[in-house]
Amino acid sequence: MSAAEVLVVANPPRARLSTRFLRSELKIIFGRRRNIAGLGVLAVVPVILAVSVRVSSGSQGAGPDFIVGITGNGLFVAFAALALELPLFLPLAVSAISGDAVAGEANLGTLRYLLAIPAGRTRLLVIKYAAIVIFAVAATFLVALVGSIMGLALFGAGDMTLLSGTQTSLADGLWRLVLSSLYLAAGFSALGAIGLFVSTLTEQPIGATIAIVLVNVLMFVLNSIAQLDWLHPWLLTHWWTAFGDLLRDPIATESIQRGLVTALVYASVFWVAAWARLSTKDISS
Amino acid sequence: MTSARADAPPIVTGGLTKRFRRQIAVDRIDLEVPGGAVYGFLGPNGSGKTTTIRMLLGLISPTAGEISLLGSKMPGGARSVLRRIGSLVEGPAFHLYLSGRANLARLDAADRYSDPRTSKVRIDSALDRVGLLAAAEKRYRAYSLGMRQRLAIANSLLMPRDLLVLDEPTNGLDPQGTREVRHLISELARDGATVLVSSHLLAEVEQICSHVGVMYEGRLVAQGPLSELRADTVQTVRVDTDRTEDAARVLTELGLSEITSSPGYVTATLGDVAIEKIVPNLVNACVPVLGFAILRPSLEDVFVSLTGEGFDVSG
Repeated sequence: MSAAEVLVVANPPRARLSTRFLRSELKIIFGRRRNIAGLGVLAVVPVILAVSVRVSSGSQGAGPDFIVGITGNGLFVAFAALALELPLFLPLAVSAISGDAVAGEANLGTLRYLLAIPAGRTRLLVIKYAAIVIFAVAATFLVALVGSIMGLALFGAGDMTLLSGTQTSLADGLWRLVLSSLYLAAGFSALGAIGLFVSTLTEQPIGATIAIVLVNVLMFVLNSIAQLDWLHPWLLTHWWTAFGDLLRDPIATESIQRGLVTALVYASVFWVAAWARLSTKDISS
Repeated sequence: MTSARADAPPIVTGGLTKRFRRQIAVDRIDLEVPGGAVYGFLGPNGSGKTTTIRMLLGLISPTAGEISLLGSKMPGGARSVLRRIGSLVEGPAFHLYLSGRANLARLDAADRYSDPRTSKVRIDSALDRVGLLAAAEKRYRAYSLGMRQRLAIANSLLMPRDLLVLDEPTNGLDPQGTREVRHLISELARDGATVLVSSHLLAEVEQICSHVGVMYEGRLVAQGPLSELRADTVQTVRVDTDRTEDAARVLTELGLSEITSSPGYVTATLGDVAIEKIVPNLVNACVPVLGFAILRPSLEDVFVSLTGEGFDVSG
């Protein structure tokens, strides 16, 4: 008997509940140079922001509330960076990862070997989506973390002045930052589900990524057309800027809640669409 | 290795059909691969072999017909039965920036049934079996075609398999590699596995296969033990002599057909004539018999006779 057979006779195969597959997936995502470079770009924005505000401090330039607030408390660098990366950078990162999820494997030809193991089509989609969500959280928190560190280093800690004018402690500010990051990550995860669906439609990962970015941009564009304001609450991206509500005192939860529900609905609908597509698809790649 | 239902042939299809838009790629084929056989799956390019293999593995759904793999109906039984099947379909495919070993580890990690504790040993053993152990840490991107092919074969050996479906396993391999793969297949068959090998290299198929199935334009035109397939075909007799006209006359009297004279020898189709009568008759007619041979058609001749001489892909 071969070595494999000897081993397997001694340890008969049985289905195990394990995170091996997910860990393997994460290793591929976070080990890929292209993705590391992308994360680097995400992280450099708060650095540039903090340094440029520091260097030009004195002139109170016009700008979004967050940037103006930076000189008061370094944590605002994190909020400002998130606001800056919200329209394009972060969605682009999530689009790249989610577009690659199934289309990338189809393009390489590795999809057929995964399915022949069998990895299971549904299980594959669950693992892929879990990896996308983890990436979305990691990317968002990376921006927040680098922003906080740069901000606190260059502008110091202290009481924060919230958008409603009241002061709060650093710890409270940090907590609100964590909540904001989680809220945004939820929104990006929903975009990731759209991405996963698009990824099942094609064998070209770049095409899938571009399509998802276009969907994202389209939603932003539609959101800015005043004549379509009946449509706005239905758009996923409409609720993303609501993270600013977490900086009010008291925290205004209405938009946050609606944003989370919208994200959940988008994520569910598109994950099921991806599942429906992949389950019946002929794999000829 | 025993299968769940030891009496069921490892692969049976009934009326398996696949239609793409207007083209019928696979037309009502009834494959039957007996247990323990090394089954050569042959056919010209475009005959539907790969489509059939993809249907067997549950990658493509059939338009009509049934598939039974190791006793279980496919694709419904995919989850329980595919883990006993190792496959190599349409060439190797791996992540370019992972090493050979990392690629195998990735596929092992995606397997619900593999034991993580034995993972390293099994991977090393599979790599060793295909001769890739020394190159295991190199990135897949740096592998030659032969190395990539070997890695794909190693992938099919990560767990003990009852059935192996190998699509052109020796593609790109050097002569040593080709020989090793032949030994490997024989070894696997000896250990009780069933192997389906799809190949164009008929000389190789002749060496290792016990059964063959021949596809042509989506239909299974021949299937059965290799010996039977050859016996069905026309046998030719060759008589070496310098008196070719006399020899030709004797052969005609005996009842052979298609007698062709060439300088120094005569060939004829044997037909139903008893072989042992030929030489005595020639000798009685004072025809000097310098050599006598029964030419068994090579598998290539059988193949071409079944699938036609044409060079163009059938579409």
